[in-house]
Amino acid sequence: MRVPILKQRDYLIASVQSVLSDPDLLQLRDDLAERIGRYRSRGVIIDVTVLDVIDSFATRTLRAIAHMLRLRGAETVIVGIQPEVAFTMVQLSLTLEGIGTALDLEEGLAYLDERTKRKFRRGK
Amino acid sequence: MEGRQQPRIKDDTRPSAAENTVSLLRELVAHLRQRRTELRQEWARRIRDSRLLTAMSTEEIFSEATAVYDNYVEVLETGSVEALQAYARDLSERIIPRGVETHEVLGIVLLLRDVLARSLFEKYHHDFDLLNRVLDAYEPAANSIANTVGVSFVEQRERVIRQQQKAIRELSTPVLQVRERLLILPIIGVIEAQRARQLTEQLLRGIRANRAKVVVVDVTGVPAIDSAVANHLVQTVEASRLMGATVIITGLSSEIAQTLVTLGVDLSKMNAVGDLQGGIEEAERMLGYKVTKVELPTAPEESA
Amino acid sequence: MASETRVAIASVADVVTARQKGRSLAQELGFEGADVTLITAAISEVSRNIAEHAKRGEIILRPENHGARRGLCVVYHDDGPGIANLAQAMQYGYSSGSGLGVGLPGAKWLMDEFDIESKLGVGTTVTMKKWLD
Repeated sequence: MRVPILKQRDYLIASVQSVLSDPDLLQLRDDLAERIGRYRSRGVIIDVTVLDVIDSFATRTLRAIAHMLRLRGAETVIVGIQPEVAFTMVQLSLTLEGIGTALDLEEGLAYLDERTKRKFRRGK
Repeated sequence: MEGRQQPRIKDDTRPSAAENTVSLLRELVAHLRQRRTELRQEWARRIRDSRLLTAMSTEEIFSEATAVYDNYVEVLETGSVEALQAYARDLSERIIPRGVETHEVLGIVLLLRDVLARSLFEKYHHDFDLLNRVLDAYEPAANSIANTVGVSFVEQRERVIRQQQKAIRELSTPVLQVRERLLILPIIGVIEAQRARQLTEQLLRGIRANRAKVVVVDVTGVPAIDSAVANHLVQTVEASRLMGATVIITGLSSEIAQTLVTLGVDLSKMNAVGDLQGGIEEAERMLGYKVTKVELPTAPEESA
Repeated sequence: MASETRVAIASVADVVTARQKGRSLAQELGFEGADVTLITAAISEVSRNIAEHAKRGEIILRPENHGARRGLCVVYHDDGPGIANLAQAMQYGYSSGSGLGVGLPGAKWLMDEFDIESKLGVGTTVTMKKWLD
């Protein structure tokens, strides 16, 4: 199922639906690449609240997405990883090193505000 | 009997002997059914005499004895222990809370074995050869039954103990919310892998429930840890980060710190602070709380 | 009560099927919380192993009973080239932090019992079990 992407202020919010297949993830990557180019957003939130598992492929792809977005000047934050999912990921040593993480959408927005503000300030 | 797709307890490669076994078992089963009343009573009497199942009344013993007896005969008849396993599980679930011990359960099953064997001796004593063949058919089945009941009981007991341990663990390690977005998890006592895992899960659920951004894990009360637990500690820090929370570890004794270093844990990634108080202050700083010390008027000092 | 479920794996699309079936069986058997996720992840990783490396195989899911103990059994079978050095293979690929394929070593870490057999030119079979506490 295609992941819907919304634009909110200066950010993009991608809300993953419960079943995330490999093609869905790759599609998400392509869609974000396209939107970033179009809107020049500063930050991207990927909401995985309803995901019941994040496996090695998903981890790999999320990192690739964050990397791609950073090259285009956008910060990524993954929000909504559930306790059981976080637990399983660390058991398998699947880390999202280098990508921001936050509890939920609200925290994710605060995270992006913090990060993009800093960048803006530095740029002055 | 041959048509049934059930595993045979006795495996005999000689066709005639196999048929023999089948017909012997059939005869055996018929005998046990015929003598059902008296054999059950004999068995119940022996149970009482050996002072087993004292936690149960005579009626209860007889009632369970009937069920076990019938299951016993069914195993002999069908060659399958499945129904017996299910019954043994069910029986164990009922009698364990009553305080029935393992030796009692094994004891009564062996008593039944004896009672039935005796009745076979009595029936076939005139033909030693036939008696031997009957016992050849009976014994493996009887052993399998004793084994099944014993093992089921012990496994059920272990299961109950594990559940109780889990409940105790959960009660003994509360995750405390001291301020908004700040959780404290004081760990006291020896942690082994099972408890460590349970702590991690509790903490992660606590982070979600309390929307915590910082967690202070205090290990002052932990005497020592092994590599499995150290691993869990590191995993807890990483899993918390995936949920957007930072973990501060306080109360690390020099022994434990040394253990962690020896195990290759990067302490710099661990955010360790000396004591719990310091940890909470650090957490508050992270959360943007400003903690100011208020000077209270002191009593006039006594002159030396 | 569910009995055996077989999922043929021929592509990554089947990985999703396998783990969804694994999840529902695990829940049906009474597994809770993180255990369900661990089982689902283990199934996902091994199915992926088939789809990406062996190309063809199947996953069999079934309830498992051992006396009073109850649990779930996952049998993995692939028609791949087989593994020459099992000890090495069970180390290799399980690298921490890089998010690379975790495959069989990863599943071993998650499950309670893990039994692997491999024959060169024929394939690999793994029997894994997780018990309810």
